[in-house]
Amino acid sequence: MAGGDDLKLLGLWSSPFVLRLRAYEYIEEEALTNKGELLLKYNPVHKKVPVLIHNGKPICESRVILQYIDEAFAGTGPSLLPADPYERAIARFWAAYIDDTMLPVWNKSSTGKTEEEIAEGKKQSLATAEVLEGALRDCGKGKPFFGGDSAGYVDVELGGLLGWVRASDELHGVKPFDPERTPLLAAWSERFGALEAVEPVVPEVSRVVEFGKTMWKARLAAAAAAGASN
Amino acid sequence: MALSLKGLSYEYIEQDLFHKSELLLASNPVHNKVPVLIHNGKPICESLVVVEYVDEVWPGTAILPADPYGRAVARFWAAYNDGKLFPAYAGVMKAATEDERTEKVRETHAAVLKLEKAFAEISSSGNGAAPFFGGDSVGYLDLALGCSLPWFGALRAMFGVEVIDAARAPLLAAWAERFAETAVAKEVLPEPDQAVAYAKKIQAYRAASAKK
Repeated sequence: MAGGDDLKLLGLWSSPFVLRLRAYEYIEEEALTNKGELLLKYNPVHKKVPVLIHNGKPICESRVILQYIDEAFAGTGPSLLPADPYERAIARFWAAYIDDTMLPVWNKSSTGKTEEEIAEGKKQSLATAEVLEGALRDCGKGKPFFGGDSAGYVDVELGGLLGWVRASDELHGVKPFDPERTPLLAAWSERFGALEAVEPVVPEVSRVVEFGKTMWKARLAAAAAAGASN
Repeated sequence: MALSLKGLSYEYIEQDLFHKSELLLASNPVHNKVPVLIHNGKPICESLVVVEYVDEVWPGTAILPADPYGRAVARFWAAYNDGKLFPAYAGVMKAATEDERTEKVRETHAAVLKLEKAFAEISSSGNGAAPFFGGDSVGYLDLALGCSLPWFGALRAMFGVEVIDAARAPLLAAWAERFAETAVAKEVLPEPDQAVAYAKKIQAYRAASAKK
């Protein structure tokens, strides 16, 4: 870390977006239901983690933060984004795909209100995983990561989801990166999870499963309460 | 607008989204959407990704600010525009019922108020109130928001909805007038009545598909 910089990361252990950024002074936010004062002050627009606070100035939205870190600390450690503008555009494209296309369907497959919605979510999740498999094949070109020989922007974007990817089988009976249908992603998942910087911060499967079940119960209770008051 | 700011000449190939061309499908197999920039045969997709690419490849007028924090702020609000404002105002156009339309108008106005606040903060962080999000001249966030202006005009014409209400969002209303007067806006932005004509075309298409 550059000398003298004050860096704080507001986060939640289970958030894949936060996981992308873990390496700094980390202030755990008390569950999703108890939004701390710091969070509300520094992210009044979305009231969400992660928030990076650099020398008192807040930066929000994980992709924005990742690029900020890459630019503000250029020269300190390896770059997240490649140097070539075209490759940078490709990396940004896939990061946007993960957040804007893949994640919403993953959420649908776990938070869908009807059997049909959930089944549709699962089908679409598999489809997006297959698209990403193609991306890894094209971008990686046989190398271990989306970023080439070492993990880069897209690897970190996707890697933030590792805790949930691993827990998904137990929670939803779905393997997001099925070794049969998406072998490259399955292998990538193992490789990324084993990295020295990553391994200690990925949450344990049992903890994620517990959290997933708690969130699901809370959602059911909220839906029942809403139904009862009508 | 980014290409125009850089003074670049390019071949513009209008797409018919009701009958997508082979070139579009080949260049953007993932989303099959415009815009796609094809540079020396290589496609780049997603509008904000394309704008950053243009900024990085061609020197001259900078679109994003130089300092990392300014860039982070611009990217945050451009993402907000795309993720919150755009779906809301598009929803006004697409709404099937009056109730739905009212709700979408409410969401649109809420998003505009946040952007009004953002403009106040960003423009005052320099040496006094700057005319644009980008400072003295147009930048990334001006382009991100500015491209919606023809559609705001269309919503006014079609539904009497004022997206940027001068009473509630005076700074943005003044910004919108200034932006519309810039060379880049005049050169590139379509007239609101073109947007209206296109919106009606989409509505007709959607109605016809619904009947099938």
